[in-house]
Amino acid sequence: MRIAFLIPTPLRPFADGRSRIDLEMARHPVSLGDALEALGGVAPGVRDRVLTEQGEIRQHVNVFIGTESCRWTGGLATPIGDGAEITILPAISGGLQC
Amino acid sequence: MKTVRLLVGTVKGAFFLRATASRSAWKLEGPHLPGRAIYSLAHDGRGERRRVWAGAASMHWGAVLVTTDDWGRTWDEPQEANVKFPVETGLALKQIWQIAPGLEEEPDTIHCGVEPAALFRSTNGGKTWEVVRGLLDHPHRERWTPGGGGLCLHTIVRDPANADRMWIAISSGGVYRTTDGGRTWIARNAGIRAEFMPDKYPEFGQCVHKVVQHPSRPGRLFAQNHWGLYRSDDAGDSWQDIARGVPSDFGFAMASHPHETDTVYIIPIDSDQVRISPEGKLRVYRTRNAGRSWEALTRGLPQRHAYDIVLRDALTTDSLDPAGVYFGTRNGKLYASKDGGSSWRLAMDGLPSITCVRAVVVDDRRPVRRAKARQATRR
Repeated sequence: MRIAFLIPTPLRPFADGRSRIDLEMARHPVSLGDALEALGGVAPGVRDRVLTEQGEIRQHVNVFIGTESCRWTGGLATPIGDGAEITILPAISGGLQC
Repeated sequence: MKTVRLLVGTVKGAFFLRATASRSAWKLEGPHLPGRAIYSLAHDGRGERRRVWAGAASMHWGAVLVTTDDWGRTWDEPQEANVKFPVETGLALKQIWQIAPGLEEEPDTIHCGVEPAALFRSTNGGKTWEVVRGLLDHPHRERWTPGGGGLCLHTIVRDPANADRMWIAISSGGVYRTTDGGRTWIARNAGIRAEFMPDKYPEFGQCVHKVVQHPSRPGRLFAQNHWGLYRSDDAGDSWQDIARGVPSDFGFAMASHPHETDTVYIIPIDSDQVRISPEGKLRVYRTRNAGRSWEALTRGLPQRHAYDIVLRDALTTDSLDPAGVYFGTRNGKLYASKDGGSSWRLAMDGLPSITCVRAVVVDDRRPVRRAKARQATRR
C-alpha cells in the first residue's frame, strides 16, 4: 500500500527539500508508528525531529492522518489505510517566553 | 590583528558581536539559528580549529548540537539528532546546557551537559556522542530533583593538569567529581547548605548554580549556590562560605578572571522568591582575594529602577589584559567592561532574553579550517 507524508517547511532541509514523501509499505495494515519508522528509513532527520529518542511524538508536534489529529485516534497505534496522507505540523505553542 | 568576538545565546537565537582589541565599538551579527533557544555556546580553538558549537533547542523539533566554522555564515546541522539517550534509559533529551571542548592534548574530545541531567562525551570531534555511563547510572540519580530550569547538568569543569579529573554540577544534585575519566563519581558538597531541605548539609541534593576555577590553580573552586557563595581549596572535598559583603548570596552567574587566580565575579539576585536586582541596582561584585571580601562594581551600570537578572552562563571574561568582562540580562541588555569590571558600557540593547555569553579572542590572520559540511544551512 502507498502512503504519503506532507513535510512542513522547517523540516524540508532534512528531506532533500521535498514537501511530500511517498512511501510504499511492504505490509498491510500498518500503524502510524510503523509509518514513521518507515519515514525514518528515508528521512531520519525528519523522524528525529518528530519523535524523541524514546519513539514518542514530541510535545509540540502535531501529526494528522487526513484531517484528524492522531491525538484523538490512538496516537502511534492509529491504523493507517491505503492512500493515507499524513501531515506533520508544528503545534501552537509558546506563551512562556514570547 | 586580534579580534574579540562575543557569542551571545538567547531564547530566540544566537547573536555574535565583534570588536577590535580596543573593545570600543561592537558590531552585531545575527540572529543565527533564529527562533531556537540557545542555552549553550562554546568556541573550540584547539589546533587550527575555529569552531563555534551551539546547543540549539526548538520548541517543536527538539535539541541538537550544531556548529559553524565561519562565525555563523553557514551552520552544520546534523541530519540525525546527535545527542541521544539510549532507548533503554527511558530518557529523552530536552536541552543542552553546557558544551566543553577538551584539553589541548585531547583535541577531539568534547563534553556536553544536558537536561535531563547527564553528561555526554565525544572523542571524535563531535561526530558521535555517548552518554557517560558512570554518571548516568549513579545511585544518587533517582533522588536528584529538578529546579526551575529542569533537572540539568549545567557546569563542566576540567582539570587542565589531569585529563581524568573533572567536576560537574547539577541542579538539584550538587557537585560531583571524577578522578578516573568519568567511570566513577563522588558527591563533593560538604559545607554547601541546602536551604530548601530539612537536613541543611546533605551529601548531595544541593542546587549549585555555577562552579568556576582558575586554570592555573585547578584544585581551588568557587561556587554560586542557590543560596550561598563558597570556595573549596581541596578540589571540592570541603567548601567554605565566602558570602561576606554581598547584598544577597542568591544568584546564578559566576566567572573567574583570566589572569588573577583570586579574582571572581558574581551578580547577586534578590532571593529566589523575588528574582530581581537587589534594591533595583544592577551590580557586579568582584573579589580580588578569593572571597575574603567583595566590592560592588557600579560605574556605568544602572543604579535606579534596574530590575534585571543574569542567568548562570551569561557572565564571562575574555583573555586580554586588562580583562574584558561581559554579561547579558534576561531583558536583553549586554554590558561590557574593558577594564576588568571597574567600568561598564551598554554594548547592545533590545536582544531577546539572554541565556549565555562567551568571549573569544582570535587572531583573524589565522587560516580558517572548514569542516566538511554534512548539511550547511545558510542563515
